[in-house]
Amino acid sequence: MLRFMAIRIARAAITMFLVLVIAFVTLRLSGTPFEFMYPEGITAEHLAALEAKYGLDRPWIEQFWVYLTDVAQGNFGRSLYTNEVVWEMYAERMPYTLAVGGLALLLAILIGIPLGAFAALYRTAPGARVGMGFAFLGYAIPHFVIGIGLILFFGYYLRVLPTTGLATPQHYILPVVALAIPMIAAIARFMRAAMLDAIGHPHVNTAVSKGLTDGQVARGHIVRNATIPLITVLGLEIAGLLNGSIFVEAVFSLPGVGRVLVDAVEGRDFPVLQFGLIAYALIVVCVNLLIDLLYVLADPRIRLEG
Amino acid sequence: MAELSAPTARRLRPDLLTLSAAGLLTIIALGLLAPLIAPHDPNATNLLARSQPPVWMEGGTWPHALGTDNIGRDLLSRCLYGIRTSFGIATLGLIFSAVLGVALGLLSGLGGAWVDRIVMTVTDVFITLPNLLLLLCGIALLGTDIWVLVLMIGLIRWEAYARLVRGQVLALRAEGYVEASRALGGSTTRIALRHILPNLASPLIVILTLSFPGVLLMEAGLSFLGVGVQPPTASLGRMIGDGRDYLINAWWISGMPSLVIVTITLLFQIIGDALRDRIDVLADG
Repeated sequence: MLRFMAIRIARAAITMFLVLVIAFVTLRLSGTPFEFMYPEGITAEHLAALEAKYGLDRPWIEQFWVYLTDVAQGNFGRSLYTNEVVWEMYAERMPYTLAVGGLALLLAILIGIPLGAFAALYRTAPGARVGMGFAFLGYAIPHFVIGIGLILFFGYYLRVLPTTGLATPQHYILPVVALAIPMIAAIARFMRAAMLDAIGHPHVNTAVSKGLTDGQVARGHIVRNATIPLITVLGLEIAGLLNGSIFVEAVFSLPGVGRVLVDAVEGRDFPVLQFGLIAYALIVVCVNLLIDLLYVLADPRIRLEG
Repeated sequence: MAELSAPTARRLRPDLLTLSAAGLLTIIALGLLAPLIAPHDPNATNLLARSQPPVWMEGGTWPHALGTDNIGRDLLSRCLYGIRTSFGIATLGLIFSAVLGVALGLLSGLGGAWVDRIVMTVTDVFITLPNLLLLLCGIALLGTDIWVLVLMIGLIRWEAYARLVRGQVLALRAEGYVEASRALGGSTTRIALRHILPNLASPLIVILTLSFPGVLLMEAGLSFLGVGVQPPTASLGRMIGDGRDYLINAWWISGMPSLVIVTITLLFQIIGDALRDRIDVLADG
């Protein structure tokens, strides 16, 4: 188990290092911000002086080292446009993204797992078929189209829910649902497949023949085995959630970090962008590590393989 | 081989897979033929016919069967050209990523233990990188040219193909004819190109079909955010994004391209599920 985790942690460290290299290269390839700071033009001597002042005339390796120490100290620079501290720009908007994302994750788990389990245990029930039909749709349609559909139906046709911003708790409903639908679909589809796989194992037969009730067999012998692979899927889904939130925030004009990122791309605001890259990568890497750890704890077979 | 023994009548009955494939081919044909069949120039504006509804609604006219957008461009023509743009970018991006993935997979499978270890570590690391953020960085750095989109999409999608190819290579390497070729003095390059690559074709085609909608939606998503295909080029994602501001008065500006995208992805999904049921290539990839 220690060996298993050590390999995972080493891989996570390599990933983060690579991300930092990519962020650094992106930042440097984008040129110096001086043309931007002095739109009226600057002389060659002035430019050289500025480069010397900010250490841009040194070798790349040395600059990379400086960059790493900056990052380690939480110093990610300022936006080229608003001169805001990059870190604060994200900190201000992160709560909205986390709230919508967290609620969507919760909704997806609460609906997706029972739906998939139900569909596997009662394969021919009409409810299971309708549910999996919806899962099929939700899995295929991208977030932004789902969002537009929800706005049109609930916002403009039925006129029951607000469609822009996050002013009141009601404002959260549509964005959370839009973000959750593809995840519900993915979890339900995966859960159903994992359950069907678990049902086929001989120990389920044993459990039935020793006289356990259907409910006991389902809970103790099928669902438990099916949830272990589900942990991995959840890890992937959380990474997908970060991507999805960028689209959902654009559809519903939410004040989350998605807008910051898109604006940064359009304005070529590289300090802002590189922080986004590092932050997203860090979240994904940590979630993956956590998933690996959960996996080891949930499945004794991996622990023993060690 | 099970189909061969099935009754002929059952084989001839059009199943969901055949119908979906036919539908998809029709859509692709519509996109390819867009310059010939589009009723209007996709970029021609007509200020007298702004935000006209589709023909089945009050105020709709046949010349603009799917309605017009906020500056009077014909939505049917723009959708047709949008299909062309989206499929074009997705296809080129997919080809690029497949070439990259196959090359790295072959290298990993045939290049010896150390090469294998390095390529596979890179692949593992690449899987955990946030794709969308990398795309956004690349676009910010290189601009929103169509070729940049193709390049970036290719660069972030290769790892699944590398894994598949490596797995297949490791399995094929044990085959008698590969060993025979090696015994006869065939070089690694020769074995890769003559004996292994031809055997990779069918699993590769399946996995490419399965990943096509993902690539298509990636382009559509970027264009939707406004950082993909730039105006005035028609792109389904961009049309949906631009129509957002007019949802309340003219839902069809976003709605029509949305319906096109939903149709395309659903057809792909049906085909993908059917293929997955028939050949489980992903499991041993």
